[in-house]
Amino acid sequence: MTQSEAVICHKITKEFGAADNRNLVLRGVDLKVHYGELTLLVGPSGCGKTTLISVIAGLLNATGGELEVLGRDMSRLPKGDAVVFRRRNLGFVFQQYNLLPALTAAENAAVPLLAGGMRRNHAVERAGELLASLGLEQRRHARPAQLSGGQQQRVALARALIHSPRLIVCDEPTSALDHETGHAVMELLKRMAVREDRAVIVVTHDARVFEFADRIAYMEDGVITRVEVTKKSIAAVS
Amino acid sequence: MNFVALQMLLGDRAKYIGLVMAVAFSTFLMSHQSSIFSGVMNRTRSQIQDVQDASIWVMDPKTQYFDEVKALNDNVLYRVRGVPGVEWAVPMYKGLPTARAINGDFRTVLLMSVDDNSLAGAPRRLLAGDIADLRQPDSVLMDRAAYSFFFPNQPLSTGKAFEMNDHRVKVVGIFESSAPFTNFPVFYARYSNAIRYQGRERNMMSFVLVKAHPGLSDEEVCRRIRASTGLTARTDLDFGWQTIDYYIAHTGIPINFGITIAIALLVGTLVAGQTFYIFTLENLKQFGALKAIGVTNWRIMGMILLQALLVAAVGYSIGITMTAAFFEITKNNIDLRGFFLPWQIATGTAVAVLIIIVLASAMSIRRVLVLEPAIVFRG
Ligand SMILES: Nc1ncnc2c1ncn2[C@@H]1O[C@H](COP(=O)(O)OP(=O)(O)OP(=O)(O)O)[C@@H](O)[C@H]1O
Ligand SMILES: [Mg+2]
Repeated sequence: MTQSEAVICHKITKEFGAADNRNLVLRGVDLKVHYGELTLLVGPSGCGKTTLISVIAGLLNATGGELEVLGRDMSRLPKGDAVVFRRRNLGFVFQQYNLLPALTAAENAAVPLLAGGMRRNHAVERAGELLASLGLEQRRHARPAQLSGGQQQRVALARALIHSPRLIVCDEPTSALDHETGHAVMELLKRMAVREDRAVIVVTHDARVFEFADRIAYMEDGVITRVEVTKKSIAAVS
Repeated sequence: MNFVALQMLLGDRAKYIGLVMAVAFSTFLMSHQSSIFSGVMNRTRSQIQDVQDASIWVMDPKTQYFDEVKALNDNVLYRVRGVPGVEWAVPMYKGLPTARAINGDFRTVLLMSVDDNSLAGAPRRLLAGDIADLRQPDSVLMDRAAYSFFFPNQPLSTGKAFEMNDHRVKVVGIFESSAPFTNFPVFYARYSNAIRYQGRERNMMSFVLVKAHPGLSDEEVCRRIRASTGLTARTDLDFGWQTIDYYIAHTGIPINFGITIAIALLVGTLVAGQTFYIFTLENLKQFGALKAIGVTNWRIMGMILLQALLVAAVGYSIGITMTAAFFEITKNNIDLRGFFLPWQIATGTAVAVLIIIVLASAMSIRRVLVLEPAIVFRG
């Protein structure tokens, strides 16, 4: 069974707060994210982008609607399994990098392998190799504080890729970086992350990175208003 | 992930040292104060323990502890000797006469007697002289603390003269005593001499010291003495504990030390516990990232516990070493002699530290478990 959608959102809603100060942030999101593509999620501040990818990644539970991620019905996934599901199948890139300051670059990149129980030497060695392919060969023993923002984000990218996840979720990966560095990070992301059996979602404000998108989903006030296919060679558009 | 947990902890040197020091100092305070307390209490039975020849003490039923004694009638001795199972019984006098040196220095001393004939009851750790010389007229033994008070910085030598109750007495031996609770110098003399030095003639017996027949337990002989004489008879161990119990029940010492130890425990809990909790709070974002990446709550609990246990182990080791070192350094100080770190206190302190750190990490763990991993997306 081959399916081209890695993520299928159907009428997803998300509400914060209770009773008198309820805040309906996602108001019925319909969205498909495809394997082999980089999907950009764009929209004004506060429209619910971060909330949506948190729901997709299983970090937040949706209030309503149906969500299928990598063929799994997320609403039926027990909480404990969701953690293991994330560890095996998801990669994350955050705006603030969120590297562990006490670990070296290679150790940081190795965290998902360590979390999966791999032996340290082996995990760090593999992370070192991946860092090399991201142009950080010389910096693998450096700690985050000794790295530039772009370098830190590349380490974070390595951490998102190291365990070969099938879905990578990035929230504003370039907005803490200057334009040139952000561009380089997006280039690496596009080159290293996009695979036939993997989907990449990138939330961004930054119109200058639109050129990397295969598909752009526009969000406004808790709903997807429009999806634009931008990829040059459209293999399979359903 | 254990490696990650350790790096998180050790990576922040200043905070790590702060945590370890908080545990170390509260360990030190708790174990040091408890040891001094137990040492002070132990001193109340020093002179009971220093009598090695006999292990049964017979006394008036009204006598509550070693330092306050109701005198026994002379005929008591014969009644005790008549109890089946008594191998031998000797009278024992204990008093507080004044000893005056030739130069006029004087002190109240704790005077203990040994048996006139057998010299039973004599101290064991002789530093100079000979116990047998107690048979000489007007002789005494004195302890090292007494000697260093009356003859500071002089090499130990016998033959010094004193005056006690207008009797000129001669020091025939110097010994090491277990430090007495009252800090008086300790003297020993033969029973008949001791009574003369005190300046009284009759009804001077403080205790009867008894040796049980071989093959009979001390407890059994005590029981027989009680039954046939109506007097109280205790083993040295029982009498020692009775004396300690008296001081615990009737002095402010336990309260004072108790307060200090409680404060050490409280400050330790607050400082070490709070520092550890804050350490976790400051790393909340890191734990959030780990949770998002897929580290299970169990794993995170394990990480925090590991961090806590390492801090506890290192801090405790430093603190307990400080305590042990204190007693090692002061063991030759005459006023602090006999104080040491009992293993029970070392163990008890370890348990207290463990409880402190488990409580602190329980709070930290709770905080991390309820943490929404979605915070990693928030600035
Ligand atoms: N945990 C929460 N509790 C209550 N309200 C929340 C919570 N998280 C988000 N919100 C609200 O949901 C709305 C959408 O937030 P979200 O972070 O998803 O927006 P966004 O599109 O990512 O914005 P930005 O571009 O500024 O990052 C906001 O109004 C926010 O206040
Ligand atoms: Mg956002």
